[in-house]
Amino acid sequence: MRSNLVGWLMLAPTIAILAIFGIAPFIYVLYLAFHHWNPFGADPSMVYNGADNFRRLVFDQEFLGSIAVTAKFAFFAVLSEIALGYLLAQVFMREFPGRGFFRTIHTLPLIVAPIVVGSVWRLMTTPSIGIIPYLLKQWFGYDLNIGRDANVAFALTVIMDIWHWTPLVTLTLLAALLALPKEPFEQAQIDGANRWQIFWHITLPMLRPAILATVFIRLMDALRTVDEVWMLTSGGPGAATRYVGLHIWKIVFPKTDYGYGAAISVIVLYLTLVMCWLLYVALVARRERKRTI
Amino acid sequence: MRQQRPFLYLLFWLFLSVLTLFPIYWLFVISVKPAVDLFTTPSLILDTVYWKNYANVINNETLRGYMINSMIISTSNAALVTVLAFMACYALSRYDLAGKENIFFWTITNRMAPAAVFLLPFFLLFTQVFTIGDWKLYDTKIGMVLLYCTFNLPFAIWTLRPTIDGIPKELDEAATVDGATTWQVLSEVVFPLARPGLAVTFILTWVFAWNEFLLAATLTSFNARTITTGLSEYVTTTGTEWGAMAAIAVITLIPALIIFSMVQRHIVAGLTFGAVKE
Repeated sequence: MRSNLVGWLMLAPTIAILAIFGIAPFIYVLYLAFHHWNPFGADPSMVYNGADNFRRLVFDQEFLGSIAVTAKFAFFAVLSEIALGYLLAQVFMREFPGRGFFRTIHTLPLIVAPIVVGSVWRLMTTPSIGIIPYLLKQWFGYDLNIGRDANVAFALTVIMDIWHWTPLVTLTLLAALLALPKEPFEQAQIDGANRWQIFWHITLPMLRPAILATVFIRLMDALRTVDEVWMLTSGGPGAATRYVGLHIWKIVFPKTDYGYGAAISVIVLYLTLVMCWLLYVALVARRERKRTI
Repeated sequence: MRQQRPFLYLLFWLFLSVLTLFPIYWLFVISVKPAVDLFTTPSLILDTVYWKNYANVINNETLRGYMINSMIISTSNAALVTVLAFMACYALSRYDLAGKENIFFWTITNRMAPAAVFLLPFFLLFTQVFTIGDWKLYDTKIGMVLLYCTFNLPFAIWTLRPTIDGIPKELDEAATVDGATTWQVLSEVVFPLARPGLAVTFILTWVFAWNEFLLAATLTSFNARTITTGLSEYVTTTGTEWGAMAAIAVITLIPALIIFSMVQRHIVAGLTFGAVKE
């Protein structure tokens, strides 16, 4: 066995950077969460108020509502992206004319900045000036009104997210598929396994770490979506698309209620962490069990 | 092998490409319209093209500067992150380090934080803590490069780890037995096999850095200001200059496309996957 020192040395820069830029701000936010601080409010001083922020948050209907819609949004968006992304990655594994070209086209949405994505989708969907409501009206007689119908607004934010982020899933899963050794597949084909069996018993288990890593990333990013939804719906109509990242944004910026915003951030961070930890433990436990068999 | 049906794939891809490209086409449509035309009855087809928005953007020296800043920051960040993540993943995968699974999980928690509240501590750190004499980390490119590591490094480590884990340990053990140093194992055995994964990591971290908006808007003022922030200057409370914004957005796609096509070759290179076959 080689010396572990080399391993630690390879890990050291990563740990150092993340410790400086990750832990230090977190400690500050944690400190703020136990204070009342509104620098532009009637009383701009920072006052220690124990767990008051957290007590307020448990009964805050707006906050609880935003957690619920965020969960719904993340669930629908991430599930569709993984399914669609996997399908596309599989298709890219085949040889067909113009593959490179189509792959480039397919990755284009990724390159567009979130703030631009939100703006374009807003211009496309605003009633009376947007092309989508116009065409839907012309072709199907359907009245699409993002400003009035909560379900439509919600669905559009999900579709926009799918449009924007499926390429990321495709790319990461494609890289994972390319890295898989070929002999299990060839062996299975020789043994007469059908496509479904190959998918279920070989591809999926071998790809599981990559799929999980991708689910994690997408889940985390979906849970803290701000820019795109802000540009598309600004959280409306009502609170239909007021996702938790946006909710915090509204508390910290227009209201400058830093203490309360910090408390919500800490709780959201905690919830995300617990959820991901459970997923992660499930994955590792599974992997360990497999190894012992 | 099953029979290939190129025609069907082509049809499928054409359909998908139309769906994918439509919002980008629309972005282009907005960028070549004068402001007044935006609020008339929409039409799918462009009848007149109005290039003034592009002329305004290209002749704007400040925006050109922002563009260069963005290039420098995203490319350095993606390169730094890919190298660090490659080393970190290799260490996590091959060495028996105490608590390494916890360290691995901890890295990802750095990406979970909701951005809005963390802007303030970052601002304080950059203006008051990381200073040497008159020099501040605030509004420097190196500051942004390091800062973007907080969300890109976790991402890179998480997407790269399965790839590195998937490369059989026996290969680097064999190389070690043959007398290769750790550096040689990394560069000559692991690196070529991990290339598709590294390429994807580089592309995606590059894109995240290129498109990042909130942090850049808070932590830069002029010297390190990025193009996304420059673009957002056209989105104001009194109204948005859609045309100019769309023109910048279309222009920012070009460097991104160049980077993509450069790196994509390496993903394809992964198709000829020889070494593991034995």
